[in-house]
Amino acid sequence: MFIENRSRSSKGVDVQLIIYYLLLISIGWLTIYSSASNHIAQESFFSFNNVYTKQLLFIGTSLIIGFLILLIDSRLYVHYAMYIYFFTLLLMILVLFIGTDINGAHAWIKMGSFSIQPTEFAKFATALALAKFFNEGKTSSEKRFLWINASLFILVPIIIILLQKDTGSALVFLSFIILFYREGLTGWILLLGAIAVGISLFTLFLNEIYTIALLTTIFLVFWFIQKKDKKKMIRNVILYVASVIFVFGVNLGYQNILQDHQRMRIDTLIGKVEDPLGADFNVNQSKIAIGSGGFWGKGYLHGTQTKLNYVPEQSTDFIFCGIGEEWGFVGSMLVTSLFIALILRIIILSEKNRNQFVRCYGYGVAGIIFMHFFINIGMTIGLLPIIGIPLPFISYGGSSLWSFTILLFIFIKLNNN
Amino acid sequence: MSQPLQKRMYIIMGIMLVVLLVYLFRLFQLQVLDSSYRRSAERNALRQITEHPARGLIYDRNDSLLVYNDAAYDLMVVPKELRTFDTLELCTLLEISKEELIKRIDKAFKWSKMIPSLIAQQMSKEDYGYLQEKLHKFPGFFVQNRTLRHYPHPIAAHILGYVGEVDAVAIDRDPYYEMGDYIGFSGIEKAYENELKGTKGKRIVLVDVHNRERGSFRDGEEDVKPMQGLSLWSTLDLTLQEYGELLMKNKRGSIVAIEPATGEILCIVSSPSYDPNLLVGNVRSKNYMMLVGDTIRSPLFNRALMAMYPPGSTFKLANGLIALQEGIITPNTIYHCPGGYRMGSHTVACHHAGSTNIYSAVQISCNTFFCKAFYNILSNRTKYPNIQSAYQSWKDYVNSMGFGVKFNSDLPYELKGIIPSVQYFDKKYRKSWNGNTIVSMGIGQGEAGTTPLQMANFMAIIANKGFYYKPHVVKAIGTKNNLNDRFKDRIYVHIDPQHFETIMEGMDLAVIGGTARSAKIEGIHLIGKTGTAQNPHGRDHSVFVSIAPKENPKIVVFVLVENAGFGATVAAPIASLITEFYINREVKRKDLEKRIIEM
Repeated sequence: MFIENRSRSSKGVDVQLIIYYLLLISIGWLTIYSSASNHIAQESFFSFNNVYTKQLLFIGTSLIIGFLILLIDSRLYVHYAMYIYFFTLLLMILVLFIGTDINGAHAWIKMGSFSIQPTEFAKFATALALAKFFNEGKTSSEKRFLWINASLFILVPIIIILLQKDTGSALVFLSFIILFYREGLTGWILLLGAIAVGISLFTLFLNEIYTIALLTTIFLVFWFIQKKDKKKMIRNVILYVASVIFVFGVNLGYQNILQDHQRMRIDTLIGKVEDPLGADFNVNQSKIAIGSGGFWGKGYLHGTQTKLNYVPEQSTDFIFCGIGEEWGFVGSMLVTSLFIALILRIIILSEKNRNQFVRCYGYGVAGIIFMHFFINIGMTIGLLPIIGIPLPFISYGGSSLWSFTILLFIFIKLNNN
Repeated sequence: MSQPLQKRMYIIMGIMLVVLLVYLFRLFQLQVLDSSYRRSAERNALRQITEHPARGLIYDRNDSLLVYNDAAYDLMVVPKELRTFDTLELCTLLEISKEELIKRIDKAFKWSKMIPSLIAQQMSKEDYGYLQEKLHKFPGFFVQNRTLRHYPHPIAAHILGYVGEVDAVAIDRDPYYEMGDYIGFSGIEKAYENELKGTKGKRIVLVDVHNRERGSFRDGEEDVKPMQGLSLWSTLDLTLQEYGELLMKNKRGSIVAIEPATGEILCIVSSPSYDPNLLVGNVRSKNYMMLVGDTIRSPLFNRALMAMYPPGSTFKLANGLIALQEGIITPNTIYHCPGGYRMGSHTVACHHAGSTNIYSAVQISCNTFFCKAFYNILSNRTKYPNIQSAYQSWKDYVNSMGFGVKFNSDLPYELKGIIPSVQYFDKKYRKSWNGNTIVSMGIGQGEAGTTPLQMANFMAIIANKGFYYKPHVVKAIGTKNNLNDRFKDRIYVHIDPQHFETIMEGMDLAVIGGTARSAKIEGIHLIGKTGTAQNPHGRDHSVFVSIAPKENPKIVVFVLVENAGFGATVAAPIASLITEFYINREVKRKDLEKRIIEM
């Protein structure tokens, strides 16, 4: 009953998005092939010991999934959004009990030689659920708690993911703030976020005493300027107190909640610790690989750093190194621009669409892809601490590719109607 | 409400574009502005490995191998790539102490952080195999292939020479050499270093993060293959050399045999000697110190080139030739010998009495005859106005025969011997001297000093009747037919050929019925002259020179055995055996051979 008839799909899918998608997965496969094929251990091309052969299978299945999504009636997603969301939450909770560890994250379900990461699917499920949530008419009492309710949609998966020790994916769910902001969350949230990041960095770079001293100075300056405006003074006091508490929170979180290796990653990023052969090794090698590419790159299959394993995880989290090394600045620019083009296209299409469900879902998709792009590339070029999340469409991995395909193609389908 | 919210799209898109710009700027900085990453990448993954060429081989004149190469392995370190490793395990593998290892690594650090330095040298194949498997545990270390000299026959150590690691001076002089390279230190290895060393190659390999080689960089485009050094064909005759060393066993002294028609040295023995295999590989310095420390036998001392002896009676032949050429005597000149040559208060004794001409004087080695002849050469005032010019003329003859000068052929570290200058005697005798003052030089005693090589070459001059080719030890370079053209020039002595015939007649008589009877060989026409070099420090040295066959000389031999007394007793039989062995390829006189070996 959900298979739609031909006349309704005649409007055509957005060709631009499909082209961006195909370009990205092709670049991904070529890079995986290059980084995995080195001078030793020449396996047959068709051997499933090769990551590139496996990835070819993932790409094939992704294309089938994408095609199927385009065939299925889009009303199905609207109708079943909540069910899908709760189902994936259930799977994620299940993982906590029966999951296996891969790269330190207890987030995988092993099925034969393949492993699936339910978190990946929670991303589109959450996007669907939030779209449905915002799309439904609200009573006035519901509107009062709108943002608290909306936050719950992302907080629950974040908590489960943190329990799985997968910090990277947890951060990705914060990308829904972009959607919230578009749907009316006060702009203060962005300012507060910026202030929070600033205070965090300041605290980590120096220490909490200096930060509090600075905050106090700013507070006193505002106190004298805005003496007459009682309302603003109260707001300032609240902000000040909250900031001071936040400073201690940052310090406490840094010291106690972060694990040693995470603390190390932050320390090396902000230059507190220099250890090019130890904690710094990965970032350093990543920068060397990308930096050695030069303007035009070393040429396809001629990279040395990625092939010779100087770069860790060169076909998954650090795959951008292969692009940077072999295709140089030109290639890096093309790939990063391609991502932003894809994301902006999604946003533009979302805005054009009259349907709030589609718009919300679109912003969710754009946010997720952007967050991945932001963290992953930022990490490889040494601007952000190492956080292990894949580069969408490009990194090796079935779960990741499938979930991004589903994420994107549902949007294409929704937008189509 | 919806209008202002829609504008938020631009804020969101703006933030994303800002992120893109920041990332692009960062990428531009990493990839284009900062070139240090490219260098880091090369340091990471590229390792230039010097491919050491094998040194050239050395053959004897009959294509028997004298020197070849054996594989050995050096452990190298690139200090910058070092990480913490299990020092104890590596020390056990290398069989060195922890302090020693740390010392060597520190030294490498001081020299260069990037360029590989030597840590352990010349490991055997077995050690190498074992280490190679564990190498991944020791980042920064790798193994380099080398070759070591090997000598299938433990002979001719002095002449073949040895190789050792270059020192700082040699590296300064020639940038081809790097620390840890080998260079010829003596003998043929030194004289033909340029031919033997070959050309280094280089190989650029990719090294992965675990310090394992992962194939060549750009499919070996920039690799250069090493070129093996040129092979040399020595003039030495392996079996003759072996035989000579056998005869000189337990004796001190020297044998030099030359093919007069070419100047090729057939055998050159200095005894005591040592096994050249001792000065190879990582035992070299230890053994070298041992050999240097052996001051009693001094096995490293090459007597054939570096020991200076009074030439003894064999020098009479030179004076005879000069006297004949100067017209002081003719073959018919007869001097009376009353049993000694008297001059004023003292006498040069002679063991016989009677009248002699040049033939019999050579035959019986008459001191008186040659003292007189020498005196007369120096007293020829019709030709020379004073003693100085007469002596200078004599000295020019002697120098042209190769005495008192260096040959500068392919034998490093030769001594030039002593033929004193006019100035020397002027100073010594305050300008008042005459032929009698220095008459002992006429019979090969006194100030004159010669090396075995010079004496053997003198025999070659006699055999050639007036010329010689510089005595040398390398015949051909590269291929057997590519003859060494450094020594193809004849060097003439200004004495007419017939005078050599006169002298050779005398040497013939000496063997037939004179002092050199013990050198006679059945079937080979050997002529010779004994000598007894006076030794102020002990028993006289036994000296003998020979030419054979007289009609068509194939081999001239000089033998000197220290502290063995008369020339006839030891030196003459040895020269005779050498000649017999070389010409007949076998020795029939087993008793004589046995007696000499057991001496």
